[in-house]
Amino acid sequence: MINRPIYFDYSATTPVDPRVAEAMIPWLTERYGNPASRSHAIGWEAEEAVENARVQVADLVNADPREIIWTSGATESNNLAIKGAANFYAERGKHIVTVKTEHKAVLDTCRELERQGFEVTYLDVQDNGLIDTEVFIAALRPDTILASVMMVNNEIGVIQDIARLGEICRERKIIFHVDAAQATGKVEIDLQTLKVDLMSFSAHKTYGPKGIGALYIRRKPRVRIEAQMHGGGHERGFRSGTLAPHQIVGMGEAFRIAKAEMATENERVRMLRDRLWDGVSDLEEVYLNGDLVHRVPHNLNVSFNYVEGESLIMGVKELAVSSGSACTSASLEPSYVLRALGRNDELAHSSIRFTLGRFTTEEHIDFAVGLIKERVAKLRDMSPLWEMAQQGIDLNTVQWSAH
Amino acid sequence: MAYSNKVIDHYENPRNVGGFEKSDEGVGTGMVGAPACGDVMKLQIKVGAGGVIEDARFKTYGCGSAIASSSLVTEWVKGKTLDQALEIRNTDIAEELALPPVKIHCSILAEDAIKAAVDDYRQKHGT
Repeated sequence: MINRPIYFDYSATTPVDPRVAEAMIPWLTERYGNPASRSHAIGWEAEEAVENARVQVADLVNADPREIIWTSGATESNNLAIKGAANFYAERGKHIVTVKTEHKAVLDTCRELERQGFEVTYLDVQDNGLIDTEVFIAALRPDTILASVMMVNNEIGVIQDIARLGEICRERKIIFHVDAAQATGKVEIDLQTLKVDLMSFSAHKTYGPKGIGALYIRRKPRVRIEAQMHGGGHERGFRSGTLAPHQIVGMGEAFRIAKAEMATENERVRMLRDRLWDGVSDLEEVYLNGDLVHRVPHNLNVSFNYVEGESLIMGVKELAVSSGSACTSASLEPSYVLRALGRNDELAHSSIRFTLGRFTTEEHIDFAVGLIKERVAKLRDMSPLWEMAQQGIDLNTVQWSAH
Repeated sequence: MAYSNKVIDHYENPRNVGGFEKSDEGVGTGMVGAPACGDVMKLQIKVGAGGVIEDARFKTYGCGSAIASSSLVTEWVKGKTLDQALEIRNTDIAEELALPPVKIHCSILAEDAIKAAVDDYRQKHGT
């Protein structure tokens, strides 16, 4: 395909780092063994590779390798953690606490548990996207068994105070699960200090391959979960299924690189993100969604008021970006995350998420800024809402014909 | 989602963007949709002495399909009488632009915009 767009969607997925791809290849061709084959050297070498990768993943988050379980990705990890803990601790209580801005893999898993008789509280966030810890504490009950909070939000990139929330849960003996799919390689994670019991990881958000992830399951104090996938008893019975050494080696190498390069990479990406924000915030009526300080450097989520997000994405087709608005699905609902921040409908419908990463350059940013300015101006010239706003009409006073 | 070539053409080269003076005798204005739904269309028609639509303008806040639907109807209503314009159906618009099912509401909105503009004109003239 000629003229491929410039990639600004690193939170959807990242390219596999060439060093990762190179590390993976032998495990598809020459070293094809099944790590569960205990009877010969072909199996032993695969097992060794898997265990080496387990150490690499554990190292990034300062955990014991024995606390890492391989899964197919963060969606499976979230399902296994939440359903597994809820099922195991169901006799203690039936109440679960989570947050309205969580990923669908958490929200829909909680919905499923509601159908099974659990009760779930979905917490609101503040208008900067962060949880008010007092609100969190107030939601906890004597029968609360589990809380699930993401470390970094996928749409707006804000970082929740996992350290504080972990303390709160531990004091009350509530199992604390954290979805860290968007956090690895972007924020420091130290599971020796964080009071997190279960943590979900994905490889493909951190320059590893798709189709592989991991779940951290704390050993001290021991956390128990019920398996959701039954079979050969792999992964100490937590998750049966033949391991995929090439995928696992890829995830290990990706997390090794993340640990080694995180500090310098984050500084570089932060500089680029700030350059992008400086550029687009020249325009009138541009709003940043989510807290700017408690935020990963990779994310910029912006609402261009009076311009509809999907049409702007179409207008900047030279950029691969995503809309906070869910218009591309069958739904007319704007982003549930932005609605949870209390953004009005126009702003929620007008958002674009730019996510930057390892291969973003200053030239990419400068090109994007110029293009966005030009296309926003063009779409505003076409927008009846912009025209009304210029005439001083308060859109909230207009009687709209909802459809 | 992949857009049809016709949607892309109308989006990139929208026909008849702009507006007429709302208070003009010969102008009918229709504004439909709501920001909450992510679509607002303003369609204006200029009606000549013989009751024929001589010109049309639009402004639309919405997705590419909404912009294309309104751009298309500004072309279609020109040269039609008010009654003929009212015969334009959303299914015609959707077919012309090859809109996918999730975008049919854009064509419905464009049909509504024609009705609203014609209604506005007729109210002005008490017909």
